[in-house]
Amino acid sequence: MPAVEISHIVKSFADKVVVNDLSFSVAQGEIFGLIGPNGAGKTTTIRMMMDIIKPDSGDVTILGEKLSEATKNKLGYLPEERGLYKKLSVLDSIVYLASLKGMHRRSAEEKANELLNQTGMLPHKGKKIEELSRGMGQIIQFIVGIIHDPELVVLDEPFAGLDPVNTELLKGMLLDLRNQGKALILSTHQMNEIEELCDRILMINHGRLVLYGNLAEIKSKYRSNSVLLEFEGELGEMPGVTEQRTRKGYVELVLDGNTTPQQVLERLVSRGIVINRFEVATPPLNEIFLRVVGKTHE
Amino acid sequence: MNKTLLILRHEFLHTVKRRGFIVMTLIVPLIALLLIGVFQLVSGVARPTVEVTTIGYVDELGGFQQYTSQGNITLVRFDTPDDATEALVNGDIKEYFVIPPDYISTGVINRYTLEKQLAALPATTTAINNFLTSNLLAGKVPEATIARIEAPLNLVSTRLTETGAVAPEQGGYGNFIIPAVFSILLALSIVFSSTYLLQGLGEEKENRLIEVLLSSVSARQLLTGKVLGMGAAGLVQVAVWVISAPFLLNLASSSIGGFISTIQLPANFIVLAVVYFILGYLLFAVLSAGIGAISSNSREGQQLIGIFTIPLLIPLWFMSLNMFFPDNPIWVVLAIFPLSAPVEVIIRLGVSDIPVWQLVASIAVLVLSIIGILLLTIRIFRTYLLMYGKRPGIGEVLRCLRTG
Repeated sequence: MPAVEISHIVKSFADKVVVNDLSFSVAQGEIFGLIGPNGAGKTTTIRMMMDIIKPDSGDVTILGEKLSEATKNKLGYLPEERGLYKKLSVLDSIVYLASLKGMHRRSAEEKANELLNQTGMLPHKGKKIEELSRGMGQIIQFIVGIIHDPELVVLDEPFAGLDPVNTELLKGMLLDLRNQGKALILSTHQMNEIEELCDRILMINHGRLVLYGNLAEIKSKYRSNSVLLEFEGELGEMPGVTEQRTRKGYVELVLDGNTTPQQVLERLVSRGIVINRFEVATPPLNEIFLRVVGKTHE
Repeated sequence: MNKTLLILRHEFLHTVKRRGFIVMTLIVPLIALLLIGVFQLVSGVARPTVEVTTIGYVDELGGFQQYTSQGNITLVRFDTPDDATEALVNGDIKEYFVIPPDYISTGVINRYTLEKQLAALPATTTAINNFLTSNLLAGKVPEATIARIEAPLNLVSTRLTETGAVAPEQGGYGNFIIPAVFSILLALSIVFSSTYLLQGLGEEKENRLIEVLLSSVSARQLLTGKVLGMGAAGLVQVAVWVISAPFLLNLASSSIGGFISTIQLPANFIVLAVVYFILGYLLFAVLSAGIGAISSNSREGQQLIGIFTIPLLIPLWFMSLNMFFPDNPIWVVLAIFPLSAPVEVIIRLGVSDIPVWQLVASIAVLVLSIIGILLLTIRIFRTYLLMYGKRPGIGEVLRCLRTG
């Protein structure tokens, strides 16, 4: 049973179609990347998954059920722009919002203390939200998003504004959640985070699906038929290689259409060249993003 | 616990802990205390005037020798204005007046004083008036008639029922005071609560907490919890005011005196006060929630709700007209129009009888308005709550209602 099953959803605001016939699914136990340029419809899609707004048409199924009040307790959400009750204490804020997810007060308090301890925020639990730094507030909001042990967690730009230490802490917690079989949807503009954490991705632009599937497969599809090589010795002329681009510490060999990386490797070995690194070049997600979005902009 | 109850509890506690709420709750009894204090202070300062005051007069016409003791004022005769002026300057008399020879034909009396005043004090005017009347009539009519001419009317009204028996509820100011005070408190409480609700919603909207809330509860649960939580806080506020009232009345009775003993609750007042309190609250709470949903920030929301609170306050502005012209049809309109009904009905309960059909119509219109606005608010809530920074036009809201 997929954690999320989105089927042909459409949403318009004042005659402008924001999400247009979008379908995808997210499995349990995976971190799913949701990417796209600004205004692509990511947040609207997330809001429909969180039952904050209803789609004009199409279906949203969460954990095999149509969205209802009962399924809301299984959802965790960290919105892009964050805020909590400024005058309320850290612990009270967490406990109140957890109770709205169906948690009992006492168990919410216990779990809150545990998570505050895990994130190093325990000394601040009595402080008012307005006394916290932005990053600290974000950690608290993250705790609010996961305290009720949701089956599906949607995180909109979770790392924005976090220092490297907290970023690593958060990543570790996300991976733990995935290992517990939770489904996580990560929406961010930071492509390196997607590459590091996500198994599969969905890229949308103008409300439509433009890329969807396994990240490795997508990258392989967009690879630029070249290999990266670190070696010792003299390379000389190489059949099947149209261009040798010298980079810092390595060389990029651009292959012609008929030569495979395997053939190049064989030729290098037969020439007795000492190879320190041989890598089939795949473009970074960032580059794929620019290529795909650039194409649809044209 | 039910999620609506959780929101109710949170909103209630969040509101009653607000500094603004605590200040407003305490300030009303404190102002009343202050007023009583000022009243006592002023009446205390004014008390020496109750002591015997001496006023001089010069009788140029002749025949004004008797009745020189008028209550606390003693009149002393002087032969000439110069003598009187000297006594005035020396401080022997407070002021003096001259009865000129042509007084009978003109009625003019010339008064001289050292003090800067707007007009002669009422007690002085009455004393001079009675002194003149008594002397003019002396020997011409019996003493008792003179007393009646000075104070011909001591009106004692009794209200009868349709069967001719003495009605249990006699009306009058004693009957009016509690509804009048309650209507002011009700209006204040509604205005404050609407503001708190708008501020709360504005805050949640501005910091996007509303998204987290709506991912946990439905718009209906959120709205119901907020409205009821705010109503509970308002109830506490009014309860504090009402509980402090007997204490304050007790304090005041020592200075304001016997009037307090005439205070009486109009028939059905408690039942109707509770009904209109709750309905008034709900109406303005759902209205605030709707306005909170469509306005882009809490300041704009407060300006908008301000427009709707004007009809609520109109009955207070025209309270005196309401007292003196209770039969004007405008009061019927105000008692049925939902925004003004809560305050208007409470005021009218103290002023006159309200026909049953008007009460039924008024309550029915209020209930229908609450339901209507609630449904409307839930409908536009989801859509506009998330459209930050842009307030929809009326046309857009109507279109949204049609398409749902």
